[in-house]
Amino acid sequence: MAKHHVTATVNGDAVEFLCDTQQSLLDVLRDELGLTGTKEGCSTGDCGACTVTVDGRPVCSCLVLGVEAAGKSIQTIEGMASGSKLHPLQRKFLEHAALQCGYCTPGILMSARALLERNPDPTEEEVRLWLAGNLCRCTGFHKIIDAVLDAASEMRKG
Amino acid sequence: MSEMRYEAPSTLKAAVALLAEAKGPARVLAGGTDLLIQMRSKRVEPELLVDIKNIAEMRSIAVEGGRFRFGAAVSGMELLEHEAFAKAWPGVIDGVKLIGSVQVRGRATVGGNLCNASPAADSVPPLIAAGAMVSIIGPNGRREARVEDVVTGPGKTSLAKGEIVVSFELPERAAHSGDAYLRFIPRSEMDIAVVGTGVNLTLDGKGVCSAARVSLGAVAERALLVPEAAAALIGTKVDAAALERLAAAASAACRPIDDKRGTKEFRIKVAGVMVRRTAEIALARAKGNR
Amino acid sequence: MDAPIKTENKKLKVVGTRPLRPDGIAKVTGLARFGADFSLPGMLCGKILRSPHAHARIRSIDTSKAQALPGVKAVMTAADLPDQKFEYVGRGRADVNFWHATRNIMAREKALYEGHAVAAVAAVNKSIAEQALGLIEVDYEVLPHVIDVDAAMQPDAPLLFEDMITRDVQPPPVKPSNISKRNELNLGDVAAGFASADEVVEMSFKTKPVHQGYIEPQACLARFDADGQAELWASSQGHFVIRAATAKLLGMNIGNLRVHPAEIGGGFGGKNAPAIEPVALVLARKSGHPVKIVLSREEVFKSCGPAAGSSMTVKIGVTKDGKIVAAEGVFKFQAGAFPTSPVMNGCMTAFSPYDIANVRSIGYDVVSNRPKTTAYRAPGSQIAAFAAESVVDMAAAKLGVDPLEFRLKNIAKPGARTVGGAKHMHEGFAQTIQAMMKHPAYSAPLGKNQGRGVASGYWFNNAGESSAALHINEDGSVLLSTGSADLSGTRASMAMMAAETLGIEYDQVRSIVADTGSIGFSHLAAGSRTTYATGIAVVNVCKKVIEQLCARAAMMWDIKVEDVVWEDGCAKRADKSGEVLTLKAIAAKRAATGGPIGAELSVNAGGHAPGFSTEMCDVEVDPETGQVKVLRFVVAQDVGRAIHPSYVEGQMQGSASQGIGWALNEEYVYDKSGRLENPGFLDYRIPVASDLPHIDTILVEVPNPNHPYGVKGVGEVNFVPSIAAVANAVSHAVGRRMNDLPLSPHKILRAMR
Repeated sequence: MAKHHVTATVNGDAVEFLCDTQQSLLDVLRDELGLTGTKEGCSTGDCGACTVTVDGRPVCSCLVLGVEAAGKSIQTIEGMASGSKLHPLQRKFLEHAALQCGYCTPGILMSARALLERNPDPTEEEVRLWLAGNLCRCTGFHKIIDAVLDAASEMRKG
Repeated sequence: MSEMRYEAPSTLKAAVALLAEAKGPARVLAGGTDLLIQMRSKRVEPELLVDIKNIAEMRSIAVEGGRFRFGAAVSGMELLEHEAFAKAWPGVIDGVKLIGSVQVRGRATVGGNLCNASPAADSVPPLIAAGAMVSIIGPNGRREARVEDVVTGPGKTSLAKGEIVVSFELPERAAHSGDAYLRFIPRSEMDIAVVGTGVNLTLDGKGVCSAARVSLGAVAERALLVPEAAAALIGTKVDAAALERLAAAASAACRPIDDKRGTKEFRIKVAGVMVRRTAEIALARAKGNR
Repeated sequence: MDAPIKTENKKLKVVGTRPLRPDGIAKVTGLARFGADFSLPGMLCGKILRSPHAHARIRSIDTSKAQALPGVKAVMTAADLPDQKFEYVGRGRADVNFWHATRNIMAREKALYEGHAVAAVAAVNKSIAEQALGLIEVDYEVLPHVIDVDAAMQPDAPLLFEDMITRDVQPPPVKPSNISKRNELNLGDVAAGFASADEVVEMSFKTKPVHQGYIEPQACLARFDADGQAELWASSQGHFVIRAATAKLLGMNIGNLRVHPAEIGGGFGGKNAPAIEPVALVLARKSGHPVKIVLSREEVFKSCGPAAGSSMTVKIGVTKDGKIVAAEGVFKFQAGAFPTSPVMNGCMTAFSPYDIANVRSIGYDVVSNRPKTTAYRAPGSQIAAFAAESVVDMAAAKLGVDPLEFRLKNIAKPGARTVGGAKHMHEGFAQTIQAMMKHPAYSAPLGKNQGRGVASGYWFNNAGESSAALHINEDGSVLLSTGSADLSGTRASMAMMAAETLGIEYDQVRSIVADTGSIGFSHLAAGSRTTYATGIAVVNVCKKVIEQLCARAAMMWDIKVEDVVWEDGCAKRADKSGEVLTLKAIAAKRAATGGPIGAELSVNAGGHAPGFSTEMCDVEVDPETGQVKVLRFVVAQDVGRAIHPSYVEGQMQGSASQGIGWALNEEYVYDKSGRLENPGFLDYRIPVASDLPHIDTILVEVPNPNHPYGVKGVGEVNFVPSIAAVANAVSHAVGRRMNDLPLSPHKILRAMR
């Protein structure tokens, strides 16, 4: 069975790749496109480490097939900074020590950015509920929440 | 060596033909948030995936003569973001909001949530309570069915080979109506429902319940419509005594299993507690509505 | 062991501040490379075949069909690994037996748990590798299995090892059993102690096995060249320990294996030992190509060492005026399929926060048909503390005394003996209790269905072997390298200690983790030892380089080296003439003054202080459903001195969330055939963001005089009392003692009826 030939946009750049039907978007990003910033934690959509956005929506890339990405605009962690300029969330995560091992961090940053794009002034509870699909075992979420709220505050000031 | 075909038809006719003519196992691919997991664990091994997300009728949300109709391939997030729908049917939204996580809701569809036929699916009890219908298309044409008649058991539906659920239609909303859905899970998010309860009720001008539907999830082999529970509310002002009778009727209707998510005993008890709390929210919404 | 070092008393400029970590940008941009992120040309995909049975004799394995599948480049079974001598090696409380270790890596005579590796393949892609696994024919003779620790100890329980005779029992038992070892520790005379008590409180407890829950599954890339030289890129908590253990398992010289430390996505003790590395290396050797193995989440749960389930009984005797006069604990821990569980740790720490004259701790290490346990953050002690601190709570309640006052009254001070034999030597315990008592949360009013629990905990901490190297680059910038895996920011802490010692800015020090070929031996990043022991190595190597720098400056000034001082990052003349030589200046002249400037040294550090922590949890219970909401959590810990306070706080907050999960929702659920029903994050329920409150931290600083900056290890002790704090809170909210973990809603609902 021949592979699917897929064209899409990743972090603003046109890409094309070949994939089997069963290969997930996560597999494609990591193994075909060499973008290993998106992580695999569970492959069942429970941990959020593989979070990317597809046409602006945060999704678990382990639950999207590579072939379903055809024609879509995908954003991964590698595209979050603008060149050497970090996104405020990335900066705040570093300032607040909102990462320990850093494995869940790409997924959480992608989710948090999607939240702040939709809701620039979330409450703590709204942040916690939005991030419920992103597991972190190291931090207890305390500094993550602080970093997201601080980034939101900075971004509101423009 | 991948044997699995993937097709993405842009018409219902083409999708039906693909499914009806498939020689080996075939599956509809909507959100994929259940299907991909089942494929990986080899619970299902399809030879054909029919991706229906390019079919316009399956992706739309519209109001027709005061009745909402949304496509079976509308994602959870799209439905949540539809202000008018959320205002009319907050109970359905309660259920959809609880499917998985934000990321899962970005892909998961109500059609998939129903047709995956898990007894614990969160969008199903409030849809049953709402009196929703589904429009189905198949090799023999179109037909309508009640949501509560689609699932027949865990992982099993009444759909014939080649049939696809196209859209959901909700009835016109009467004045002074409110619906709600609650579920019990051990954590605050992310778990599969141990018990799910949906209540939809309408009050008359004097605040007496004139109509009600009650549906329970995760307490039987499929989501149940429980007329006896609704009867406990109809004709009452949904006072404490009525809520007690509601709870008892709901508990009595449960035929749950013991599994890693909850014991029989626990589900029966908590079904009563949750349905009472759900009815209280539905009542408050009914009173707040014009 | 090196002599202890006096704590610096000068004002600190860098230590205690909160700079950004050097690996931070890589981690927030996706550039950081974890175990699964490495590739080599010609790389193959390795996959492991695992037993579907909890207990089975392996009659034969036929790999011929798999071998013949096009695209398969190597197949292995245990026959490809040398057998190991049956011998327990090491400290009693953490002994290792490589006869067991090799069988855990790949089964020989028996499959001892569902998920036990029995064979492996390497193929050109994942799909072919998975197909090949399906073609391996294993002839199993399924045997009855046993999982629960009490069940495994029964005389008629199915035996995992037909010749297991319990160690340390005199006379040795005649019949074999699943009890690998019994240990008993005694202090004073417990019988007399209980006889003198006015009140005796006793309770039994059961806990279910749990997993460390690191989000990164094990992953590694291996290469094994035809001349016997091999390399590994692997995430682990100690690439030197992994190197040594893996080399032994393969029967190769340590020097032929080079291990590169990948970034590690969480360990908590679960990545202290090899799991897949020997398999990847054998497949690489047999195929002649690099092999990458990445485990699935299901494989992680089914095969990568979790923590023990337990059955415990604790008894405490107190006098009317609140003194604990006797304590006794019986601790039975599941070791999993192979010995050794950390039961002895539990025995040695359970009562050690307190000064008790009469103590007995008995521990049973019991094998059963589930994955072999590995360390989980102060291993064994949090399990034992759940029992001990619950009974301490009961005793306080019986006396009508505030639970913190009760603990304070009995707190161990320097000089007090522990049941393990060692004497307490450090202050700090009482201070954490006092800090908690003063915290506003402790006097916050509680509402209906709410309960407050407190608990204290003790952990040995560790020191040992570490190496550090410091080089002054040609332009005066500084490179610091150590061999300690960086799990959560230790590169930064090392750079901070180096900058402080050298008297320069933090940003002038670049801090890396070197591979096994590039620096001397360093022990695990575990046991709360890194900031302490590797920190000592760092400080010492900085001092050595300062000596060199002064010598070079002396040459450049043509004066005696005694007339040079090092101050504020510069060489200065002792005669205070004002001349200075910066690092840049000295480095520029290095060729003329003797060549490259730098040093490496190794320490075998001692003098570490134990950890101590006191924690508080408030919960609200829904009386109709049994659901628990955690309202508040406060961790007070004696951290010695916090090099980087944010990272110390992070350790405390992480432990709190793990304790909450262990207490309320986490457990392995097995079906009747011994298969795991919840090998995934859906039904293995770790706390999500909306399950947790903010976690307040109180950093008590009673410096350890043996460390140049006063450091006490901080990574683990905050986990020790966390479960008990939650359980005590729920018990108070419910009005009944909750003694069976996890405290699932149905158990709470039943308790409230």
